[in-house]
Amino acid sequence: MSTVTTLSLPTLPYADTALAPVISANTLSFHYGKHHKAYVDNGNKLLAGTDLEGRSMEEIVKATYGKADKAGIFNNVAQVWNHDFYWLSMRPGGGGAPTGRIGELINSSFGGYDAFKTELTQAAMTQFGSGWAWLVSEGGKLKVTKTPNAENPLPHGQTPLLTIDVWEHAYYLDFQNRRADYVAAWLEKLVNWEFAEKNLG
Amino acid sequence: MSHLSRRDVLAASLAGAAVGALAVRSLPSFAAEPAAPTAPTAPPAGPLVLAPLPYADTALAPVISQNTLSFHYGKHHKAYVDNGNKALAGSSLAQKSIPEILRATAGKPDQTAIYNNVGQAWNHDFYWKSMKAAGGGAPTGRMGDRLKADLGGYDAFRAVFTKAATGRFGSGWAWLVDTNGKLEIVDTPNADNPLTTDKKPLLVLDVWEHAYYLDYQNRRADYVGAWLDKLVNWEFAEANLG
Repeated sequence: MSTVTTLSLPTLPYADTALAPVISANTLSFHYGKHHKAYVDNGNKLLAGTDLEGRSMEEIVKATYGKADKAGIFNNVAQVWNHDFYWLSMRPGGGGAPTGRIGELINSSFGGYDAFKTELTQAAMTQFGSGWAWLVSEGGKLKVTKTPNAENPLPHGQTPLLTIDVWEHAYYLDFQNRRADYVAAWLEKLVNWEFAEKNLG
Repeated sequence: MSHLSRRDVLAASLAGAAVGALAVRSLPSFAAEPAAPTAPTAPPAGPLVLAPLPYADTALAPVISQNTLSFHYGKHHKAYVDNGNKALAGSSLAQKSIPEILRATAGKPDQTAIYNNVGQAWNHDFYWKSMKAAGGGAPTGRMGDRLKADLGGYDAFRAVFTKAATGRFGSGWAWLVDTNGKLEIVDTPNADNPLTTDKKPLLVLDVWEHAYYLDYQNRRADYVGAWLDKLVNWEFAEANLG
């Protein structure tokens, strides 16, 4: 029997104070140190001894999506993938309108940065309950989508470029009920457009 | 068509005259009435109401702090009431009961604003009443008997309820319900509640993160444990048995 553990908690790509004041070190101590870590630990427990152990997260997410008897594995593995991707979607001194290749694609796909911003804000605000809003690439065009709970664009054949976490634990200590303020500050100050451009492939 | 017939013009001018006449006639009666409440600060009219909390906002501390209630009741619950009334404005559903509204809108993608806000307004009303200061622990009397008969006793109830409340992935609710004379524990996602089913709700625990994050952060299990030990309003549950 293999003892390979599939999932690991990566180090954050910046200091835990780097995203303040939009996202505080206090929020990161729970979000990264407790929630993300729990998804990693629980995912590894659930994967141990199954035929999914040792496979890539992308394969596991696609193989377990929509399967009621695999909900535990899907939720934990997808949440590990989503959080890894969320940390990389941000950087200190980020945000604002992108330039270069991703800027051109935002313009041609949405009609400009402001239209993209409106669409992403709408998706992030209307994801009722817990979930995620995404910038994805599909068929050569950029799109904004939203997903509930642990779901992500991988099973839908879309290439994720950026994500914002709108589970309440992502913003409640810093913004409480004001999700709109979190989304606006995230767009203005944190978006890592270099990461999005790299994900275009 | 841009061409107006003589009849169109006549009809339009008559309509205008009638509106004008009505407005003039009604002025004296409006003026004679006592001063109306100041309209700008009045809540939007509609079937949903933000009822006062059934206890002081400090009464549930330290399990649920005044700070949590200031947001949970004062912002989240209030927003569901206000947005629900807005979504219902002008709809024939506004005249219906809450269970009727929920049954009519459940599962309809174009009705989610009504379904989610009305459901959440009702769920929060029921949640506030499911708690009291110095509540919790094992119930006596009729509820105690029913827990024994239907669920194997308080400890068994506590274990199953805790599993439902901590296992509900994402946002949602854990419920004690009466299903055709038998107690059951169920959990629901987001705004869903038992009103659209044959299950009669007796108690509810809110496990949306906003219910506990300021007081417990990621430790949902600690919130659930303290709620069961210190806050459950068993008299409310018994009254709901009917």
